[in-house]
Amino acid sequence: MSRQPAHPVALRDTRIVAGIAALAFVAVLIGGAFLGLVIESAGDFSGAAAAFDSYLFRVVRFTLWQAALSTALSVVSALFVARALSRHPVFFGRSFILQLFAIPLALPAIVAALGVLALYGRAGYFAGLLTTVGGENWPGVYGLSGILVAHVFFNLPLCVRLFLEALQTVPADQWRLASQLGMSTRPAFRFIEWPALRQALPGVAGLVFMLCITSFTIVLILGGGPRATTLEVAIYQALRFDFDPARAVALTLLQILLTFAVVALLSRLGANTAAESGLSVAPRRYLSIGRSETILNALLVMLALLFVGGPMMATIAAGLQSDLARLAGERAVHLAVATSAALALLSALLATILSVSLAMARRGLATERGRKNRGPLLEYLIDTGAGFVLVVPPIVIGAGWFLALRHVGSVFAIAPVMVVAVNAIMAMPFALRAIRPAYDAASERHERLCAQLGITGWARLRLIDWPVLRRPLATAFAFAMALSLGDLGVIALFGSDTLQTLPYLLLARMGSYRTADAAGLALLLGLVCFALILLADRLGKERSL
Amino acid sequence: MTADVPARQGVPLHLDRTTFSYGETSLAFDVEFPAGEITAVMGPSGSGKSTLLNLVAGFETPLSGNVLIDGRDFSSASPFERPVSMVFQENNLFAHLDVFSNVGLGISPSLALTPRDHKAIADALARTGLAGKEKRLPRELSGGERQRVALARALVRDRPVLLLDEPFASLGPALREDMLDLVAAVQTERKMTTLFVTHQPEDARHVAAHVVFLENGTVAAAGKARDFFSSNGPAAFRRYAGAMNER
Repeated sequence: MSRQPAHPVALRDTRIVAGIAALAFVAVLIGGAFLGLVIESAGDFSGAAAAFDSYLFRVVRFTLWQAALSTALSVVSALFVARALSRHPVFFGRSFILQLFAIPLALPAIVAALGVLALYGRAGYFAGLLTTVGGENWPGVYGLSGILVAHVFFNLPLCVRLFLEALQTVPADQWRLASQLGMSTRPAFRFIEWPALRQALPGVAGLVFMLCITSFTIVLILGGGPRATTLEVAIYQALRFDFDPARAVALTLLQILLTFAVVALLSRLGANTAAESGLSVAPRRYLSIGRSETILNALLVMLALLFVGGPMMATIAAGLQSDLARLAGERAVHLAVATSAALALLSALLATILSVSLAMARRGLATERGRKNRGPLLEYLIDTGAGFVLVVPPIVIGAGWFLALRHVGSVFAIAPVMVVAVNAIMAMPFALRAIRPAYDAASERHERLCAQLGITGWARLRLIDWPVLRRPLATAFAFAMALSLGDLGVIALFGSDTLQTLPYLLLARMGSYRTADAAGLALLLGLVCFALILLADRLGKERSL
Repeated sequence: MTADVPARQGVPLHLDRTTFSYGETSLAFDVEFPAGEITAVMGPSGSGKSTLLNLVAGFETPLSGNVLIDGRDFSSASPFERPVSMVFQENNLFAHLDVFSNVGLGISPSLALTPRDHKAIADALARTGLAGKEKRLPRELSGGERQRVALARALVRDRPVLLLDEPFASLGPALREDMLDLVAAVQTERKMTTLFVTHQPEDARHVAAHVVFLENGTVAAAGKARDFFSSNGPAAFRRYAGAMNER
């Protein structure tokens, strides 16, 4: 019997080719950065070794210390707030609070940092009050305290949402049973709520720790000085101020080691790094709650609300006080807005294309594997490739390329490419999360039909995939654009007078003590990002089918 | 390709010593299906009915053996290259495309349709009782209508083998009978070699000329439907049908 030789898997399905291309792009970007680091350290190894001094160890210690404190503060307070919210599934303003708690995730770190300063800074709205209470002049929240406040501002709401989600996985029947057995607050917590929370705890804490250990912008603005510097900020300072490549290499290698160690630890704890949550607000009320507990819960929720809402209000108030009309007429602002918009658009486009390629390739491979046992390595790479990106901080990628490119020519000439590329792969895991479930669900329904009818390639993209993916793609695009717009990681390294984005301009204005300008720009940036996230959320929720 | 197989007189279909494995389970089929007639494929859950159809359609590739359609081996051809149409239990339609486009995709996978194709689609829709519903989306149709669209597409594809994988399992009894009558009528006109997977003995009795009964991944009995449903049909099948009736 003659049998036609089957084409190699990889060539038969264009989706898999696209996935390989996307993976190659990510590999080149990350690999190139590592190569730059290796070449740099190989050239002058003694310098890198000499960089391991007591200062460096102090930086490492501070990096870990602030992350641990931020995590503890965020997670512990979130446990109480989430429980309080779950005990009262229906009250006026509850859904508003939950929506408000989703905003920090969308807010650029630089905007949040400014909000914290506008509230608790030396010249902040609370300075007078705090001076009166403290009896001496309020010094402001710079240093560790400032970093902690900002990190908790970001992570408390995230933790609350994640814990609340965990509590909502408790089946309604358990609550019915609890009320039938007459469980009061304490046993209900012990037997019902705590087991659910404990299960979510390692994952949530791990995620927050990871976010804090790689936090750059907040530490740059609120920390600084040798006593409050993290590895990422030290890398930036070594490259931009001291120009000490050897030290930058040592710091970068340490940062990579540290993040990998943390990730390895987390994966053993079973942490999931999916930060988004679709909260249902299904009311459920079986337990009668005592008056004193109600008051306590109300107090807790109120405090959290003030803590999270405060910096946002301060951002708005300070922004409105600035000379917005003059800012709007400034050429530098126009340029920064145009640059930001162009870079963010490109970066969002790239992130979306990369994500959709990876989603399709993964699905294509999974379908193939259902039939033959082939390509598990490739599937694994595509699966984890995207998550891997989160482990490598943008500053590290930027630093590697910065070091490699300075031998070739002007680092600043290639700046736009770097900003677009790095921001794109940083947004990719989030974009992928919007696209992949939709694509997988559609593919589940369409795969056999397409195979049977011979719908492939361009026809399939146009007739089958595009109509289904339009909305998730728009969601991913808007989200990626918001992330890129607010980013200060790569641009801090590569920015210059000729390439200024909004966050970069904002940082420059802060640096030259034009605080009112900075506040005005922060308001603008915050509003644009908020609008984009709102749009992404809208598009994500409405289903066209 | 497919066009050189004449459609109107029916083609024989032969699974020639095909084997397949699904993790721990291994299956082996060696069976012929009569040309241009309806064969009911029956058997308990997990006996391999869907796998058998998937091997013919090309969604699975046999480990060994051949899938012979009209004497030609199609074992490693892609689903699209085979002279086969298949109607699934569900998800036969693209939810975002209207009835006309869903049928049209059966003629051209890129929806490049000539006026003649338009006519063919209209005829197929009329034949399946869907005239006037061209612009409807699948969600605006009943379950039965959706399966009619799938049948209409099989008609315009005009391939000599038709596979029906429990297509009416989620329909009520009266509707199911209507659909079976439609299948029988279309079958008489087109003489497609039809494999009809069903759990319902009365469905098989209604339309099928032959029965293939599967058990544990292999053919336990095969023969004329008449003989199967008589009092001295194959023992394995009577056990199965008896158990079905007791439910």
